[in-house]
Amino acid sequence: MSLWEYANPKRFMGWTAPVLPWVFGVAALFLVTGLVWGFFFTPDDYRQGSTVKIIYLHVPAAFMAINTWIMMLVASLIWLVRRQHVSALAAKAAAPIGLTMTLIALLTGAIWGQPMWGTYWAWDPRLTSFLILFLFYLGYMALWAAIDDPDTAADLTSVLCIVGSVFAVLSRYAVKFWNQGLHQGTSVPLATGGRTVSDVFFVPLAISSVGFILLFIALVLLRTRTEIRRRRVRALHMRESRR
Amino acid sequence: MIPDLGKYAAEVGLAYGVSIVLLAGIIGISWRQSVAQKRALDAVEARRNG
Repeated sequence: MSLWEYANPKRFMGWTAPVLPWVFGVAALFLVTGLVWGFFFTPDDYRQGSTVKIIYLHVPAAFMAINTWIMMLVASLIWLVRRQHVSALAAKAAAPIGLTMTLIALLTGAIWGQPMWGTYWAWDPRLTSFLILFLFYLGYMALWAAIDDPDTAADLTSVLCIVGSVFAVLSRYAVKFWNQGLHQGTSVPLATGGRTVSDVFFVPLAISSVGFILLFIALVLLRTRTEIRRRRVRALHMRESRR
Repeated sequence: MIPDLGKYAAEVGLAYGVSIVLLAGIIGISWRQSVAQKRALDAVEARRNG
């Protein structure tokens, strides 16, 4: 059986139903463990004091803000190339989650920035590219809402997603492209494996990050199921109105 | 039980509070929409079959 079979709406509804509670459960386990460990059982940083505890929220949220858009890009490309409806609906389903993650990253960053930098906001490359990413999420969701025909909406939002990917990549690499601004460099570079964070902070951060990833997967599955149902209701309503 | 957050207690508390509210919000909204669409689909299908 082809892998694409799993993207058939009926089959998708079938395999996600039993999987979903487990993904939510494991996500909750990792999130609670990582955040409780980080908040209650890690020491203060010698320079940043207790504000270092914000890292367990800020870094995973920022990671998910960027990677949600990358997931939407892949789903959009699949839609444009293969016309798989579930992939377009998955991209649509992911956008509010990405918006939430971007907002968490921006707000926790601002709250962290005030005591460390002396300001909530600076037009720093990474901060600015994140703000633009946030606006792209809003625009993407508004475009879906503004167009009645779902296939046309999927086409146009896919194009917007491709354009917005430039800012998703910029958000990720802004601190490397422009070696200026207040924001520090990456603490955990995935490509090199090197990191500047002590194990004391890194282990709960890794657990919290896994929790954020699993929560994202659970929410995308749940929301995609909702979108499939919404589409089905719309189709049945249209069939009824033609009679 | 609550760790001593020193002079940054307000910032750390606010960061956790805001994040938990936003995470709970997206989970709650997603759940509510899921239940609403399931009910809507069940109602339309019941009408079609009945």
